[in-house]
Amino acid sequence: MILPALFFYLFAGVCVASAVMVIVSRNPVHSVLFLILAFVNASGLFILMGAEFLGMILVVVYVGAVAVLFLFVIMMLDVDFTELREGFLEYLPFGLVIGAIFLAELLLVGGGWVINPDIARSATSTIPANVSNTEALGLVLYTTYIHYFQIAGMVLLVAMIGAIVLTLRHKVSVKRQDINVQNARTPELAMSVRKVTSGQGLQDADAPEWVK
Amino acid sequence: MTIGLGHYLSVGAILFTLGILGIFLNRKNIIVILMSIELILLAVNINLVAFSTFLGDIVGQVFALLVLTVAAAEAAIGLAVLVVYFRNRGSIAVEDVNLMKG
Repeated sequence: MILPALFFYLFAGVCVASAVMVIVSRNPVHSVLFLILAFVNASGLFILMGAEFLGMILVVVYVGAVAVLFLFVIMMLDVDFTELREGFLEYLPFGLVIGAIFLAELLLVGGGWVINPDIARSATSTIPANVSNTEALGLVLYTTYIHYFQIAGMVLLVAMIGAIVLTLRHKVSVKRQDINVQNARTPELAMSVRKVTSGQGLQDADAPEWVK
Repeated sequence: MTIGLGHYLSVGAILFTLGILGIFLNRKNIIVILMSIELILLAVNINLVAFSTFLGDIVGQVFALLVLTVAAAEAAIGLAVLVVYFRNRGSIAVEDVNLMKG
């Protein structure tokens, strides 16, 4: 009985500590690495709650995709980050006051609030007892909530197209294949037969339009 | 010493507050602001999953999955906008973002 509590405090403590490091770290690369640590520990919390599938997805999506994306962007941008740190201490008191008020409000609302027992009974789809978390999620995700699932897919598609459209750059110096131009090319355009006068050679003025 | 719903909600509340605090503290560095937004979304996910398991309702986890999707999409689009902005201005300082005079 003591073990789950122990693991909860371990995961929660490391998660909160690394979240603090994310926002106060001087180097953004360290911030990203602490973000990864926070997400791994949050996935530990998810597994502790019995949501194994979401815990694994959190690792795959965040550590595997989002955090690496952040790392790539930080490495690609040649930015002096010390310059961006200016004003950190200036904002600190203001931020701490806002944060303290916000946390106090959240804890007051959360602490002074009791779950109505009827809520648990009115669950829209209860967790089946004898199947794994992944299977239970799949049973409702692909049937009752199929539209949400498809909307999620659309969101990802739009995000993918948007990111490509935003960052795609057409350089003029890069030679690209233009199939229409290639298909429109005829023998008359591409070559010409000329009579070269002996001793004079070919004059530039006689050359067809495409050579000039 | 049982871990109840309140414990998980407290972790979620602390993470959410840290995310808000991160936005205020790193007002010049938009990359850290984006990471703070990720922290906020993680806190929301912890809340959703905590309610889902303690109330015995799987729908919370479906919602958490959607939040995860939107968070990934938001990170991709946000970083793409950031890259385009850096190309145009040579800086990512948020205070310089006044091209549209909004």
